[in-house]
Amino acid sequence: MSTSDHDHRRDRDSEATFGEYGGQYVPEALMPAVQELEDAYERYVLENEDGFMDEFRERMRDFGGRPTPLQRAERLSERYDREIYLKREDLVHGGAHKLNNALGQVLLAKYMGKERIIAETGAGQHGTATAMAAAHLDMPCEIYMGRTDINRQRPNVYRMRMNGTEVNPVTAGSGTLKEAINETMRDWATTVETTHYVIGSVVGPHPFPKLVRDFQAVIGQEAREQIRERAGRLPDSVVACAGGGSNTMGTFHAFVPDDEVDLYAVEAGGSSLEIDEENALAPNSATLSTGTDGVLHGAMTKLLQSEDGQIMESHSVSAGLDYAGVGPELSHLVDIGRVTPASVDDEAALNGFHRLSNLEGIIPALESSHALGYLEEQHEELGDLVVVNVSGRGDKDLETVLEETENRDLEAAPDVEVFGQ
Amino acid sequence: MSDIEAAIREHHPALITYLTAGDPSLEDTKAYVEALDRGGADLIELGLPFSEPIAEGPTIQAAINRALDAGTTPAGFFELVDDLETEAPLLVMTYYNMILQYGDEPDVRPFVERAAEAGLSGIIVPDLPAEESDPLRAACDDHGLDLVFIVAPTTEGERLERIMSQASGFVYVQARLGTTGARADVSNATHDSLTRLEEYDVSEPCSDGVPKAVGFGVSEGDHAAEIIEAGADGVIVGSALIDIVAESDDPVADLEAKAEELKRGAIRGADGGTDADPIDAPEPEQP
Repeated sequence: MSTSDHDHRRDRDSEATFGEYGGQYVPEALMPAVQELEDAYERYVLENEDGFMDEFRERMRDFGGRPTPLQRAERLSERYDREIYLKREDLVHGGAHKLNNALGQVLLAKYMGKERIIAETGAGQHGTATAMAAAHLDMPCEIYMGRTDINRQRPNVYRMRMNGTEVNPVTAGSGTLKEAINETMRDWATTVETTHYVIGSVVGPHPFPKLVRDFQAVIGQEAREQIRERAGRLPDSVVACAGGGSNTMGTFHAFVPDDEVDLYAVEAGGSSLEIDEENALAPNSATLSTGTDGVLHGAMTKLLQSEDGQIMESHSVSAGLDYAGVGPELSHLVDIGRVTPASVDDEAALNGFHRLSNLEGIIPALESSHALGYLEEQHEELGDLVVVNVSGRGDKDLETVLEETENRDLEAAPDVEVFGQ
Repeated sequence: MSDIEAAIREHHPALITYLTAGDPSLEDTKAYVEALDRGGADLIELGLPFSEPIAEGPTIQAAINRALDAGTTPAGFFELVDDLETEAPLLVMTYYNMILQYGDEPDVRPFVERAAEAGLSGIIVPDLPAEESDPLRAACDDHGLDLVFIVAPTTEGERLERIMSQASGFVYVQARLGTTGARADVSNATHDSLTRLEEYDVSEPCSDGVPKAVGFGVSEGDHAAEIIEAGADGVIVGSALIDIVAESDDPVADLEAKAEELKRGAIRGADGGTDADPIDAPEPEQP
C-alpha cells in the first residue's frame, strides 16, 4: 500500500473491507474511538509519524528478541524427504508471536495519549504478551479471560499477574475467548475515552485487522528474506495454524503477491467437522473450512453459526484456536483462492506436538501443533521446500497435553504415565 | 410522518419500553407487552435475542440467555408480533447478524419484509453505526419502517450532525457511556442526561427534526421526570422492566404499574418543564 496518498482519504470501501469482509459493526459509542484509531494507524504505522515504527522495530529487537531464526528441521526433512524450515516465533520474548502485536498496540496507545490498556485472551498468550508490553511501557492493564481458559492455562495467568496486570474471569457462556471478547467490548464501551483495547488477532472492526496484520507481518517478511538466503529461492508452500488468524496473516502477508507460493491455513478440526445443530455446537473451530458469512465482534467475516444467526460454541484442544470467527482478510483470501483452508483434528495436533518435541527438541504450542499435524498428513502435497510457522512454545500447554494424551492411544507420544497421580 | 414519530408527538412526553422476546417464553412476553401497553407505554421495543449482545449489560444479557434457552427463534418472534394487538407501535431491537441471516443467504431484505408484514414500525440495531447502515436503510425505506439511530455521549461534530439528519422515527440518546442497565443513582443518571441534552440542543420538545428519547440507566418515575423536564421527548426503559420479569411474583400487574409510574413521571416532568407546553406539540399528520 502506498503511504504517499495520505492527504486523500481513500475510498472507505477499499479501506475498511477486504472484498465483502471487514467493516465497522460496533456500537455507536465506540465509533469515534475506532475512527481515532484509524487516524493513528495511518499516521503512525503507515507513515511512521514521530518515528513510531522506528521505535517499534527497535523495541522488538531489544525487548522482543527479533529477528527470530528460520531453522532447518533436520529430522523432519529426513522424515518427509523434503526441505522443512521452521520459523521460530516460539523464541520471541514471552514465547509466542503475540508480542509483535501487543507491543505495537500498547506503544501506539501511548502515542495516542491513552491512559489504560485492556485486552482479552483465550490461551493466555495474548494476555501475557499484553501484560509484558504494558509493564515494559508503564501502562496500567486489565485482561479478561474466560473461566474455562483460566483453568486450562494457569501458568499464563500467573505470568500476567507477575507483570502487574489484573486478570478478570468471565463466567458467561462456555467461559472461553468469545465471551471474553464480549466482556472486553463492554469495558471499552464504558471507558473508551481513556482506554485502548488491544485486540489480540486480525479480527474486530477496521482498522484492527490491518493494524494487527501489519505488526505481525514481520514474521513473513523475515521468513521470506531468510528462506531466500538459505535455500536460494522462495518456498513451494507456507503452512501456519489459524484461529483468529494473526500468526497466519503475519506469516502469509509478505508471500501473498508470490503466486508460486501456496499458503495453507490450518484450523482446529476438534473432534469432528460435523455441526451439532440441535445443541448449537461446533465440535471444531474450523471457521474458514466450514463457516458461513455473517457479522461478529465488529466485522463481516466467516463464522460458525446456526441457520438463525446464533454464534455457536466452538471447540479445540487448543484454547488459542477456540474461536467461532476468523479474520476478515483471511476469509477474503480463501474466497479468492489465494489461501487454502485446511484442518486437522485434536489427535493429529497432539501427535504433532509430541513429534516435534521428540524429533527436534522444540516443544510447540498446541496451536502450532495443528500446522505440524497437517505437515504429517499432507507433506506430499506441499512441494520440496516448506516453511512451517511455529507460532509459540508449548510450556503453557503441558498440563492439557498430558491429560489429553493419557486419554488417547497416541502413536507419537512418549510414555506419560510417570507424570500421573 | 411515520407511526413512531406520530405516536411520540401525539402522546408527548413518550414512554418507550423494552422487553426481550421469549424471556421466559413467547407466551409470557405477549402478556407482558399487553400489560405495558395498558400501563401507558407509547412505543414498545421487542428484543430479538442474539447470542453475543455486546452492547448490553448483565440484566439484558441474562434475559437474552433465558430467551435463547427457551428456544426463541426469529420465526417464533415474528409469530408473536403477528399475534400482538397493541395501541403502541412496536419496534424490533436486534443485532445485525440476526437481520442478515434471516432468509436463505446473508441479506437484510427478507428480515425487513417479514418485519413489515408482521406490523413492526421500526428497527434498532445496536451494532450498526450509520457508516454501515445503507443496505438496511434502503430496505427499511422501501417497506415504510423507521431505522432508529443511537447517539452516544462520544458522538460529536460531523458524525452527530449526519446521524441527526439521517434519523427517522426518533433518535435514541444514550444517556451515558457503557452498556444497558438500570441504575439506582438518580443524581448520576439525571446529571449525565442533562449534560447530554445540552449538547444535543433539545431544549424544545420535538425541536430540530425528529424526536429525541433518552435511555440507558433510567429506572424510576423520578428519572423520567427529570429527563423530560430537561427537554427530551421521551424516555426509554429496559433493564428495570427486565428486573420485574425476572423477579416479580406477578410480572403482569407489576409491569403495568411500573409503566404507569414511569408515564406519570414523564408527564410530571413535562408539566414542570420551563420552555414549552407539551400539549402544544403539533398534531400528527394524516398519512
